[in-house]
Amino acid sequence: MERIPILRMGDTLLVTVQVDMHDQLAVRLLDDLTEMITKARARGVLIDISALDMVDSFIGRMIGDVAATSRILDATTVVCGIQPAVAITLVELGMSLAGVRTALDVEKGMELLRAAAQD
Amino acid sequence: MRMAVSTNRILKVMESSQIQLLADWVKALRGTATARSSSLISDPELQAQCQELITLLSTALRNARLDAIDDPAWEPTREYLAGLSRSRGRQGFSPTETAMFVLSLKEPLFAHLRRAFAGDNEVQLLLDVWELGKLLDMLALYTTEVHQQAREEVIRRQTEEMLELSTPVIRLWDGILAMPLIGTLDSSRTQVVMESLLEQIVATRSPIAILDITGVPTVDTLTAQHLLKTVAATRLMGAECIISGIRPQIAQTIVHLGVELGDVITKASLADAFRLALKKLGHNPAQA
Repeated sequence: MERIPILRMGDTLLVTVQVDMHDQLAVRLLDDLTEMITKARARGVLIDISALDMVDSFIGRMIGDVAATSRILDATTVVCGIQPAVAITLVELGMSLAGVRTALDVEKGMELLRAAAQD
Repeated sequence: MRMAVSTNRILKVMESSQIQLLADWVKALRGTATARSSSLISDPELQAQCQELITLLSTALRNARLDAIDDPAWEPTREYLAGLSRSRGRQGFSPTETAMFVLSLKEPLFAHLRRAFAGDNEVQLLLDVWELGKLLDMLALYTTEVHQQAREEVIRRQTEEMLELSTPVIRLWDGILAMPLIGTLDSSRTQVVMESLLEQIVATRSPIAILDITGVPTVDTLTAQHLLKTVAATRLMGAECIISGIRPQIAQTIVHLGVELGDVITKASLADAFRLALKKLGHNPAQA
């Protein structure tokens, strides 16, 4: 069964989506991630979707859900590397992912997480 | 059958009295021409054009049917007329004047037909005139069509050029992009604006983009919506978008329209936006 790997770096979890997201994969990721956050007591989650060049409304919602869930579990979530086409699609779909932190790339995302951890 | 007879008769007239026909036609053209159109084209040039068209018509008539100008044998005539129409369009002729150039051949040609077959079969003469009239009408309409096509081509090219011209993304500072918008924002333009801005954000890894709308004359709900979408998309990518250069009237309109700008940062001028951007990046504008 295909699944998206979740890497642990200190108290930060790193999720890089390298394959085309399909619905089941996204649902599975949400399950795995929530479990992992509690188990690893992670304080920050970095989701890199720079390899994703297409989204539909379901995947868009799942991205929002993942971020919202991890926030409830007290882990700062940063989504980074959203491609122009994906950003336009999400906005056209009316999903501006309010409340989700975004960063241009992984490096800037890590900076954001570090800054949040110091607060 | 009758049509073939007509074709032969017309052809005969055209070939036997070519020189006289040409002279009559030029005279008729000069008679109907307005002062403006006569100043646009010289006599020898007009004469040469008439001569060429008569030659082409006779050649086409010899090889093809009178009523089928789509036939390959009519190709040289159509090509010549297309070129003529384009060059006349450039010279400043109106489509009517160009069409009249072809239509004015009717009168002298009819006169020559009548003279050549006077006292002959009247019905056949009527048929000749009818067929010839139809042919010249079609050719005249063709010049109008080409004229219009040429116009549309120009308009399309200009629109494309304007789209490209009007959306430059400027790098103001390390990490700060600016995009001055000039002219009315419609859906297709906003799409281009949004795409090029987002692409540049990725390419230059700039965390701040300034959208300057000093050059946007009016804002309606749709335009405001487009701006908000661009801001939302930049935020999704992890960059921040500042809107600057909102004029007093536009600010009023936005409030009147009830558009909720939400947490979009707006600044009065590009300079203010730039200062804010520098501050956000940790530079001190007073020093810089």
